[in-house]
Amino acid sequence: MWLYIARRIVLVIPIAIGVSIVCFALVYLAPGDPIQSMTPADASPADIALIKRAYGFDKPVPIQYLNWLGRAVSGDLGVSLQTHQPVFSEVMHAFSNTVVISFGAVVLAFSFAFVLGIIAACNIGRPADRVATGISVLGVSVPNYWLGIVLIIIFAVQLGWLPATGMGSKGSQSFDFTSWEQLKYAILPIITLSLVPLGVITRSTRSAIADVLAQDFVQMLRAKGLGGAAVVRHAVRNALPQILAVMGLQFGYLVGGSILIETIFTWPGTGFLLSKAILTRDIPLLQGTILILSLSFVATNLIVDLLQTAVDPRIKRA
Amino acid sequence: MSDITARPQDFALPETAPDKSRGYLATVLRRLRYDYVTLFFLTLIILIVLTAVFAPLLAPFDPNKTSMIYRLKPMGYKNFLLGTDELGRDMLSRLIYGGRVSLVMGIVPVCIASLVGGLLGVVAGFFGGSLNMLIMRTVDVFYAFPSVLLAVAISGVMGGGMVNGLVALSLVFIPPLCRVSETATTQLRNLDFVEAARASGASGISIILHHVVRNAAAPVFIYASSLISVSILLAAGLSFLGLGVVPPTPDWGQMLSNLRQAIYVQPLICALPGVAIFVTSLSFNMVSDGLRQAMDVKA
Repeated sequence: MWLYIARRIVLVIPIAIGVSIVCFALVYLAPGDPIQSMTPADASPADIALIKRAYGFDKPVPIQYLNWLGRAVSGDLGVSLQTHQPVFSEVMHAFSNTVVISFGAVVLAFSFAFVLGIIAACNIGRPADRVATGISVLGVSVPNYWLGIVLIIIFAVQLGWLPATGMGSKGSQSFDFTSWEQLKYAILPIITLSLVPLGVITRSTRSAIADVLAQDFVQMLRAKGLGGAAVVRHAVRNALPQILAVMGLQFGYLVGGSILIETIFTWPGTGFLLSKAILTRDIPLLQGTILILSLSFVATNLIVDLLQTAVDPRIKRA
Repeated sequence: MSDITARPQDFALPETAPDKSRGYLATVLRRLRYDYVTLFFLTLIILIVLTAVFAPLLAPFDPNKTSMIYRLKPMGYKNFLLGTDELGRDMLSRLIYGGRVSLVMGIVPVCIASLVGGLLGVVAGFFGGSLNMLIMRTVDVFYAFPSVLLAVAISGVMGGGMVNGLVALSLVFIPPLCRVSETATTQLRNLDFVEAARASGASGISIILHHVVRNAAAPVFIYASSLISVSILLAAGLSFLGLGVVPPTPDWGQMLSNLRQAIYVQPLICALPGVAIFVTSLSFNMVSDGLRQAMDVKA
């Protein structure tokens, strides 16, 4: 198993390098000169020359990439054109806020999806299964940015129970779990974000448990006279590592893909930062955010894979 | 927003042979005929497509005609069946016209990606070796981005507009489709009938065209059909962020975004474009599920 873990970690390196190349190349996709997109519109020729030399734009592209990579590894992702803050620290501030709502959403989704999926798997083809499957299809078909707006209309505008946007009056630097005043702001974003993982986890729980229930050992348990609930417990234990892996991946998707929800709720996370960067054409900020988000997605995938190997004794990958 | 959640390995080749007396296509159609849920949503899709195609005939008003007096009027006000938007434009007409952009943005990228990704996958799977390594490892890199992030990154850097959006979404869907097609091709390559064709002197190209592409088409098609709904959601999401079509061309995502400021005035009307996106994406999802069952592609 240690060999597998080592190999899996080594295999991530080329992926991470590939990801960094894509992020580096993004600047060249931008219309116009890359220097133009790296500098404020009102920069003087002297400033431009300075930036050109500082970023090595006068050197060949592979050298530029290596220079950029070297700086990125040491945490220097450039400076935001708008705020003049280092991109790295801006993204890191926002990152924790995104993790808060993504984690909340995945936990919420899992607790419902797990039950729904088990009920569906035990009643395949019956009305209960239809309902659960229906909910899961709805979950992945709903434009969740629209649902977010609908929830705001209902709970913030009409009923006035919850705040519509933002992260609280205390400012947005760090999220305080213990204060209800702050938690209130996270409720609607978490519900909205939980919809897609709800659909996906329900679906995979259903199919994972149905697969186990169809296996010979389950029939054996039934033949020996084990009751319904006890059989299901065996099935759940068998399917759990797989379901947890799906849950982990969904968490990764949420962290990387929460841009629309954060925009709607003006939640000061990475997604909001990204949409701000797009709006103001702040290419260094855009590039840095995407690099960190995609690398964190790669890392999440790796961790999920390793955990699954550790949790599930049946997986003996060499 | 839905992500590309289906794993390529879910889309294996059909396991059971179709009913011999009837032929594959007839069997599939026969199964579909009794699947009323799928038929219902298929009808819905056809209606949505027809509405978009015949928009100029169906729309009661000019979708771009603004009016200072009739801003944000409720449903049923005067002749405005679904009310008016923040610039006094007729919502019904804009919804009808908006379907055009959404459908194009939903279907075209998936078609482009099916062709490009499908062919890349067939080439990688059929020839194997270092070509496979090159193609599939590149695909792996793009897999390392959540699809929303990749779409936003590409069109965010290139700027808004329909063409950029189409390019961004096509790029997002090429990797997963390439994987599905590569898996199917690798399975096919080792089957006896391909071996037999090779033994009887068929060239690589003709084996690919006659045997591989035809057999790998079903899983690629099914997977692609499940991506249309994702594509519609992503495209609307991009225009929601201001990366879609250039105003004033009506587009559901953009309408949703623009009407967001009016939630205190006309909450119902603000929700309408989202309903349109929802119904369309749900219909494509349901039909894709029904097709997968009817075509017996293992899920």
